[in-house]
Amino acid sequence: MTFLGMPPFPQAAREALGDTQLRRNLAHATATIRAKRAAVVAEVPEWEELRRAGAAIKDNTLRQLDRHLLRLERSLTDHGVTVHWARDAAEACDVVGRIARSHGVDEVVKVKSMATQEIGLNEALAAQGVTAWETDLAELVVQLGDDLPSHILVPAIHRNRAEIREIFLSKMEGTDPELSDEPAELAAAARRHLRQKFLSARMAVSGANFAVADTGTLVVVESEGNGRMCLTLPEILVSVVGIEKVVPTWADLDVFLQLLPRSSTGERMNPYTSTWSGVTPGDGPQEMHVVLLDNGRTRALADEIGRQALRCIRCSACLNVCPVYERTGGHAYGSVYPGPIGAILNPLLKGVGTDAQTDSLPYASSLCGACFDACPVRIDIPEVLVHLRSQVVDVRRGPRPHAEAVAMKAASWTLARSGRLRIAERVSAVFSRLGRRRLPGGRRAVTRLPWPGSLWTDARDLPAPPAESFRKWWRRDERS
Amino acid sequence: MNARDEILAAARGALAQARSEESEVPGVHRKPVKLPDLVGLFVERVADYGVVVRRCAESEVAGAIAEALADARTVAVPDGFPHPVTGPAPSGPRTADAVVTTVAIGIAETGTVVLDHGPGQGPRVFSLLPDIHVCVVRGDQIVPGVPAAIAGLDPLRAQTWISGPSATSDIELDRVEGVHGPRSLRVVVVDA
Ligand code: SF4
Repeated sequence: MTFLGMPPFPQAAREALGDTQLRRNLAHATATIRAKRAAVVAEVPEWEELRRAGAAIKDNTLRQLDRHLLRLERSLTDHGVTVHWARDAAEACDVVGRIARSHGVDEVVKVKSMATQEIGLNEALAAQGVTAWETDLAELVVQLGDDLPSHILVPAIHRNRAEIREIFLSKMEGTDPELSDEPAELAAAARRHLRQKFLSARMAVSGANFAVADTGTLVVVESEGNGRMCLTLPEILVSVVGIEKVVPTWADLDVFLQLLPRSSTGERMNPYTSTWSGVTPGDGPQEMHVVLLDNGRTRALADEIGRQALRCIRCSACLNVCPVYERTGGHAYGSVYPGPIGAILNPLLKGVGTDAQTDSLPYASSLCGACFDACPVRIDIPEVLVHLRSQVVDVRRGPRPHAEAVAMKAASWTLARSGRLRIAERVSAVFSRLGRRRLPGGRRAVTRLPWPGSLWTDARDLPAPPAESFRKWWRRDERS
Repeated sequence: MNARDEILAAARGALAQARSEESEVPGVHRKPVKLPDLVGLFVERVADYGVVVRRCAESEVAGAIAEALADARTVAVPDGFPHPVTGPAPSGPRTADAVVTTVAIGIAETGTVVLDHGPGQGPRVFSLLPDIHVCVVRGDQIVPGVPAAIAGLDPLRAQTWISGPSATSDIELDRVEGVHGPRSLRVVVVDA
């Protein structure tokens, strides 16, 4: 799913940079998680070796992907699971919707899953008269607030406690009006609200962090316990699994269950991990389905340099170390996959040349390389970015250079060197005093930028840079 | 072509060139690790999550369990639980304040208990709905790290790995414990 009507990255990033609350929350969140991650990674002397093992296992699996998928299909089937295959989002949503309707189910509970967000499952189910309840606290906040997630791991990081209280009071039935904005009280209110849903829902939808080919084991890694609820209480469980989630053997999990929690939340181990290999009689859901999802993954697989992005275990470490992400937030990427991984995964899954939003993403980076160093499966994100930029330029190269392509190159050139950024900001600050008009909604617009930005602003209106440029703000904030 | 055949064909087509390569998987991390004080490290790492841990001798287990259940009115006891449970009234998992279980394995490095829902542990719902979970771990069930745990567990059994109480940092990164699972985890380690 692409967020509808999202402007391309440079423009969305400018808007986000104007939002001080978002910047503060993000800076706090990423700094906190970075420090925790560094501490628990330092505890593991063989960390580098683990990273190499994780990368090699994934590479070897991807090279034989069709075989491992067939093996997985057989193991799942042997353990009482019905396997479905979905070429794209629509097909996957259709499978899940049909299962719900065939059981007369009009409400499902959901475990946070990137794959189901990617395919826009909630919206698709709603169109079929099935309500999907997000049960992860942050996802619940995002869903009730009619909002978009901004971070893989902490999707509501752009909301503060007062806003969350407001959302609960106005959108969560039966919330006590006396509710305070203490995080513990807010979490308790969500617990009460969702406990009812867990106990009454007949069907759950999950993703999976890993799918083991030779045993048919699915693995869900989580913190809150909503996953355990969804995987245990309902009668019917449908898991939507990207085809790149397959690992060959149970033994391979030892590498990933060390890499993932330390990279992700910066813990030695996340609070809860659930594993199951099909139906257990008398324990948990008695009807299980797995939807194996392509949705662009075989396209990415065909890209020899881009292929490595399919190693991603969605830990979000690359987001937390990314200087561009920290300043712009996740929304600017216009996708459920933000940050450095989003900047490569979205174009790889969709293909370049389909829309300006996706084509602008490989430029959402300064190529500083911090993401590669943090990545537990050693995805060389800068290498893939450069590779995709050349693809974008190629595909957009008409008889004349495409204005957008040049402007996006300029944007990345600007982000790449702090000195240039400082100059460009000063120039655009001067400029924004000159050429302003109003955008619909009263936002000021810069109608033209100096060259090479002019190539961009000739094509569209750009919201004015905030009065205080982010770098000025950053310097001030660092001192205080 | 149906979806299955088309996806498999696309994967084969994408991989035509890459088939023959194979990356070497380094394996030093799978070498058996010897830790001087396995049980001590486990106790320390479990406590790091803010969990109350009580280490005791075999003869003290019943007392330690009763102590851990002091604030519960009712308790769910799964079939095959090997220790006497006194104090709270017995109850089913959907209504009990607390549950007592054994475990399949404890992991020292990460302070994790793993349930495989065999005898003494109950089906998954037992350790999920009650607000207090008391786990009894024998010293000889503790392994050094994740590789030893993976090697020792049966993948065909449903498993729940538990490392501290459920938690969220979703609201301004403030840690709140006990979102959906048991809000309180208490661990009794029995020196075997
Ligand atoms: S690219 Fe690497 S660091 Fe980023 S989310 Fe994926 S696995 Fe984590």
